[in-house]
Amino acid sequence: MISFEIPEFIQNQMTMIRMVAEQAMRPYSRQLDENEHERPQAFVQMTWPFTQQMVKSALKPLMAQSNGNGSNGKTKPQREGPDYSMLSFIMMIEQLSWGDAGQYLCLPHPMLGGAAVDSAGTPEQRVRFLKKFTEGDPKWGAMAITEPGAGSDNSAMRTTAILDPETNEWVLNGEKIFITNGALALRESDGLCVVWATVDQKAGRAGIKSFVVEGNTPGVTIAKQEHKLGIRASDTVALHFDNARIPYENVLGDQEVRRVESRTGFQGAMKTFDASRPAVAASAIGIARAALEFTKDKLAEAGIVIDYTKSLHELTAVERDVIEMEARYKGAWLLTLRATAQMAHGESNRLEASMCKYRAGDAVTWITQKSVELLGPMGYSREWLAEKWMRDAKINDIYEGTKQINQLIVARSILGYSRRELK
Amino acid sequence: MLDFRLNEEQKMLTETISRYARERVRKVYRDAEEEGEVPEALLRAGWEIGLLPTAMPEDCGGFGEYSTVTGALAFEEFAWGDLAVTLKVMAPNLVAIPMLLCGTEEQKAAYLPQFCEVAPPRMTAALTEPAIQFSPYKLKTTAMRDGDSYILTGTKTFVPLANEADTILVYAAEDGETQAFLVPADSEGLTIGVRNKLMGIHSLPTYLVTLSDVAIPAVNKLGGQDGIDFSLILNHSRVALGAAAVGLARAGFEYARDYAKERVQFGEPIAHRQSIAFMLADMATEVDEARLLVWETAWKLDQGKDATPEATIMKQHVDRMVMQVADRALQILGGYGYIREYPVELWLRNARGFAAFDGLAIV
Repeated sequence: MISFEIPEFIQNQMTMIRMVAEQAMRPYSRQLDENEHERPQAFVQMTWPFTQQMVKSALKPLMAQSNGNGSNGKTKPQREGPDYSMLSFIMMIEQLSWGDAGQYLCLPHPMLGGAAVDSAGTPEQRVRFLKKFTEGDPKWGAMAITEPGAGSDNSAMRTTAILDPETNEWVLNGEKIFITNGALALRESDGLCVVWATVDQKAGRAGIKSFVVEGNTPGVTIAKQEHKLGIRASDTVALHFDNARIPYENVLGDQEVRRVESRTGFQGAMKTFDASRPAVAASAIGIARAALEFTKDKLAEAGIVIDYTKSLHELTAVERDVIEMEARYKGAWLLTLRATAQMAHGESNRLEASMCKYRAGDAVTWITQKSVELLGPMGYSREWLAEKWMRDAKINDIYEGTKQINQLIVARSILGYSRRELK
Repeated sequence: MLDFRLNEEQKMLTETISRYARERVRKVYRDAEEEGEVPEALLRAGWEIGLLPTAMPEDCGGFGEYSTVTGALAFEEFAWGDLAVTLKVMAPNLVAIPMLLCGTEEQKAAYLPQFCEVAPPRMTAALTEPAIQFSPYKLKTTAMRDGDSYILTGTKTFVPLANEADTILVYAAEDGETQAFLVPADSEGLTIGVRNKLMGIHSLPTYLVTLSDVAIPAVNKLGGQDGIDFSLILNHSRVALGAAAVGLARAGFEYARDYAKERVQFGEPIAHRQSIAFMLADMATEVDEARLLVWETAWKLDQGKDATPEATIMKQHVDRMVMQVADRALQILGGYGYIREYPVELWLRNARGFAAFDGLAIV
């Protein structure tokens, strides 16, 4: 039944998250933008208790199951009705990104690493790796997939994982770049980073598997901290793996997947994107809404208030721009909510996840640029945050699959084409 | 809870309309367009799907299942077949829905049962006026109270099926506010003028209608003394047109997609090229996005909330979307897109009209 209703308890959660955004994020936005690599302490301290609870409740059914008798820990828990946690999570990301997208990315939470563990790991692995996010000091999760020579074409990755039969350990070698929260996860906390590496270079994407590397593992070094156009509060690093040894059990997946000759690991990476792309879209939308609300407020102060009963001829160019900003913001948000609802209802959403991701990136890029334009000299000034949001926004056209890669996925899907037919 | 899935009744309804659009409308729409007439049998079959009787209240002989969201689903499926046929089949809505939304109990009791009959009553509505700066909120046609009567004066255009109507719901400004009046077509001073020659929707006959000092009883004012909530009516109209635009755009997208997969150049289908495939990806995404905007507005109306900003934002966006999608569909077909043997040039002409169609459909 078609409905746009957001359950009341989620709306209440959002009121709280908005408080976090207003009190712990916005006041530090400019400072953290000007001082790249400084950590958003206030935000981390304020959110860590929440994120611990979130991970705890996500793990609860799994932990109950592994304690129960007769369960092999492999079957998924039976769920009745929709899974509200997904919607709650997506809306939280939107609201936090409304606060500050760079700081949001520093959320002490398993994040993308967690998404990878969730989609590729066994229930036992999920509990083992994610439990630490429910206790102690703040921790971060990260995911390392991109390499200097392997961006959108991640099947070209060269990082290797070789099994040492003597010690029953995987030995990782290679270089990974553009890792969000890499330093926070591996050097500044006892977090984790999911690293995608090939166990058989000749096999292409079929040889790729994912491995959990935990904080302070010898042989893993932070090779570089990036300086970026925007989201400067976010920690982005390059990682160097030099004979980094991790336990055999840290390869994600069941026994079948763990075998060197198994060919199913890459699917895990792609499945991760089905969940993470709506999340990135939600973050984009948060920035778009921040820019849109701010622009409308400032225009209202200048005496320009949108009258929705005016005909096209009566609207000024600025008013028409604002209405178009609203349409593109809302359209992209609805596409994101659709991909989220599909997950919540247990349906496949690969096409819709890519649709919302590229449309949201496109929308926020345009909306924030428009915002700077409509605010005139003040839009360009670093006194206000509009110019920062425009710089922050652009990342959404790029990470978690560039706009073009997602267009390609949509195109293949609607045409029923393989990678060979549509390159 | 947030959900984008159709319920069982909606699935059955859209499947029925989809079959009608595919097997009946698509067989004759080009001839209808060239001849400027829709075959009677086709109209009757469309009416027999029974949308209005389902929506009418039970005490008026209907099933009392009025839903704007369901109506939007229906409009999309109809318009996938052909826009002019859709507007003609759905023309009785032009009076039934404003009556349902804003009529007094007496007016509803008198009029709504007529929409549950075997054949629809001959009624239409007149909103649009022949002026570049036309605004539905600022009509030039006026209604002046004179004792127990209203005197209506002005010029209307794009009035569908005015030549065969018994009653025309005329929108006019009373003290600057848009109100609606039930005007018998044979009223003194009311003249049905020439049939409009339009860029598209040729098979929907629309007319110029002039009113010079047309006197009607005051009880014919829709909604009685208090009148109507015109925004509400306009928002419902925009949902109908938005949904129809989505249906038309989807038709264009699907046609271009199928063509691109079949058309071979340089030894392979043109859809193998990113320049074509990416256009199609954008079209598919924009159609989906527009549909969600339409649904959201419709859903909000069903919740009984004001949806004026939503309807305006959605309609302006969808008007742009349908043009862009139709234009790219034509581009993908190349020369064939420009030829009247193929449907795409017709879709482009019809798509352009949406910005001017306020009041031509309502759900």
